[in-house]
Amino acid sequence: MLEVTGQHRECQEQLRKRARDLLASGEIAAFIGYGNGSLPWVPRPIVVRSPEEADRLVWNSFLTLNLANYLPGVLKELEPPRRRGEQVDPSTLPRVGIVATGCWSRNIVIQVQENQVDRSRVHIIGISSRGMISRHSFKQALGGKEALKIVENDHEIEVTLSHGETMVLSRWEYVRPNCKTCIHPGPVVSDETIGPPPGRRLVDERFREIEEVEAKDSQGRWEWFEEAFKDCIRCYACRNACPLCYCPTCFVDDSRPQWVGKSIETPDALTFHILRAYHCAGRCTDCGACESVCPVGIPMRLLTKKLIKEAQMLFDWEPGMSLEEAPLLGSFSPDDPDIAILKGGEKGT
Amino acid sequence: MRYSAYRIDRARLIEAINMLGPGFDVRVAPHLETGESGPGENMVKTFMFPQPEVLFTFKKAPPTADDVDLLREPSLPHTTTLLFGIRPCDARSIHLNGLAYEEDTYFWHRIEGAIIVGYLCKTVLSTCFCQRVGSGPDDTRYMDVVMMDVEGDHDALLLHGITEKGMIFLSQELGPLLIKCGGAKEEIEQSLGSRQYPKDTNTLDTLLSSDLMALYNAPFWDQLKDGCLNCGICTFRCPTCYCFDIQDETLGAKGRRIRYWDSCMFPLFTQHASGHNPRGGKIFRVRNRFMHKLKYFPDRFGAISCVGCGRCVRDCPVNIDIREVLDNLLEVARS
Ligand code: SF4
Ligand code: SF4
Ligand code: SF4
Ligand code: SF4
Ligand code: SF4
Repeated sequence: MLEVTGQHRECQEQLRKRARDLLASGEIAAFIGYGNGSLPWVPRPIVVRSPEEADRLVWNSFLTLNLANYLPGVLKELEPPRRRGEQVDPSTLPRVGIVATGCWSRNIVIQVQENQVDRSRVHIIGISSRGMISRHSFKQALGGKEALKIVENDHEIEVTLSHGETMVLSRWEYVRPNCKTCIHPGPVVSDETIGPPPGRRLVDERFREIEEVEAKDSQGRWEWFEEAFKDCIRCYACRNACPLCYCPTCFVDDSRPQWVGKSIETPDALTFHILRAYHCAGRCTDCGACESVCPVGIPMRLLTKKLIKEAQMLFDWEPGMSLEEAPLLGSFSPDDPDIAILKGGEKGT
Repeated sequence: MRYSAYRIDRARLIEAINMLGPGFDVRVAPHLETGESGPGENMVKTFMFPQPEVLFTFKKAPPTADDVDLLREPSLPHTTTLLFGIRPCDARSIHLNGLAYEEDTYFWHRIEGAIIVGYLCKTVLSTCFCQRVGSGPDDTRYMDVVMMDVEGDHDALLLHGITEKGMIFLSQELGPLLIKCGGAKEEIEQSLGSRQYPKDTNTLDTLLSSDLMALYNAPFWDQLKDGCLNCGICTFRCPTCYCFDIQDETLGAKGRRIRYWDSCMFPLFTQHASGHNPRGGKIFRVRNRFMHKLKYFPDRFGAISCVGCGRCVRDCPVNIDIREVLDNLLEVARS
């Protein structure tokens, strides 16, 4: 069981109310949010389809999946069947509500830019994120004990363990590194917002994690890569949790040609990770969903973060910041820096 | 009579394990040392189903080739694998998978060459539910040797041979390396006698007598699927998920055929060459995993294909909980 007090409690109440109203008025047919699950530290992504169910919605610091991931699927599910090629006026189709923090809303922007989501069919309720807690470090903090109940206050997490023991953790200490260094915790697009604006001091230290790896020489980086990724079990949770990954056939599943071997042997696992990261170049919002769902704690987010840094330095690009912009890899400007093609490997200006 | 009951010192046992000869491939569960509850890491699964497993190697024959090298079976190891510290749930998974792998030479070669040294559970985790699926923390049925804690003394362990294989191993291999303490036999009997967990047979009977289509068409699947990522975590963590795919890998004129884990949660699992996918939607795949474990497998083999270890419950990133699915199914079955 997970209970919240303070700011998150207020957000939760307003969220339930707004979702209930939107469903009752018929403005939306479904609402994507989080509900409580059977384990207190793993809230469950849910789709609420009636106003009565809106009270199942929760808001707390344990929401580590990116809900944008579910949006295209839920929109599609609500479309009546139609023949191939048949055109439908989107304004006649049912709409979907969703709650979104900064990065989730940026992923929705990307879905709109990439024609996966029709903006007019989505009602976004924005909430500024106070940072979500890393399941990996939370588990570590419990030192092998089980959390039976969690009460979350604004700055503290009270955990009841088996045999009635309790433990109090300072919330910020367990917030995920991507959240700690995030400079856009508030929604970039929304139809309404609830809760207070971001209260924390935003310091741009986004690339500190990357700089540590970059500081190694090429041999050192290779060793880091092999060591950090060798335990991957190829469960693809990282891929499936990512709102950027919607290809009907992923490159890992292609057999003609077969881009990458199927085993969990190191060369295959490393190839999978490099390719996956590159497919997210110029698109990844550093939402951290991939890293949060991994059952073995692979830091695959650092690969995409490196690409965020490259896109930032070369093109002054931050993904998903505006609906008006064309995606980085889907646009060309004669002023683009040329680091490889015409200038033969020299860094362009 | 063979000496097959021991009371020993935990640290001394670990030392003795390390002293066993080179004929043994020894794998020790970390909780043997720590005494931590729960099934722990999935040693049994990676032992039953190596990832990947080379079924054979092959090469392209030059015109005058000697046929023997064309296709080569792997040399199956002749060492005895010792699995130390296996919980009752995991020990039982070997038996359940054996039902489906009845004719699989590779599987049985490994199992027959293994000695399962089980370790009874002193306490259970909140996610453990072995009792609901036909077993319990005291289940010694699928072990060759059983170990158990001594109440109030973390340093002591009781060891007891169960099968012929286990007794021989204890008396001839491990026993000589141990310092025996008297009285073990009575203590073991008493300890086993005090661990009487009630077993639930009602669940299995209800599932068996229920109507398959009623379970299949139950309305709850529709909500259950909403959060699922269709990833491989629950199946890859599960000791009773045994599905695989096969692939030929070639390099130049040589190649190997490997078997590796697959998952019914993946769309590719059922993708036809025509492009049609009979389990095209998420709901079909989610439903299949649970229907297979809780209905199709029981109908065919008379047991639930889940040992209640709770790994999928703990590791599912979106908290899809097989215990709730089971409750939902039982509710439908009883209505
Ligand atoms: S790659 Fe990871 S961090 Fe980036 S958008 Fe996808 S899930 Fe989020
Ligand atoms: S990195 Fe983690 S989540 Fe991704 S495939 Fe590997 S084990 Fe699964
Ligand atoms: S499921 Fe049962 S047998 Fe397995 S670890 Fe838990 S209590 Fe022990
Ligand atoms: S039930 Fe959970 S672990 Fe299994 S495929 Fe779905 S999201 Fe992954
Ligand atoms: S289905 Fe879940 S609880 Fe059952 S054996 Fe598999 S991992 Fe364990």
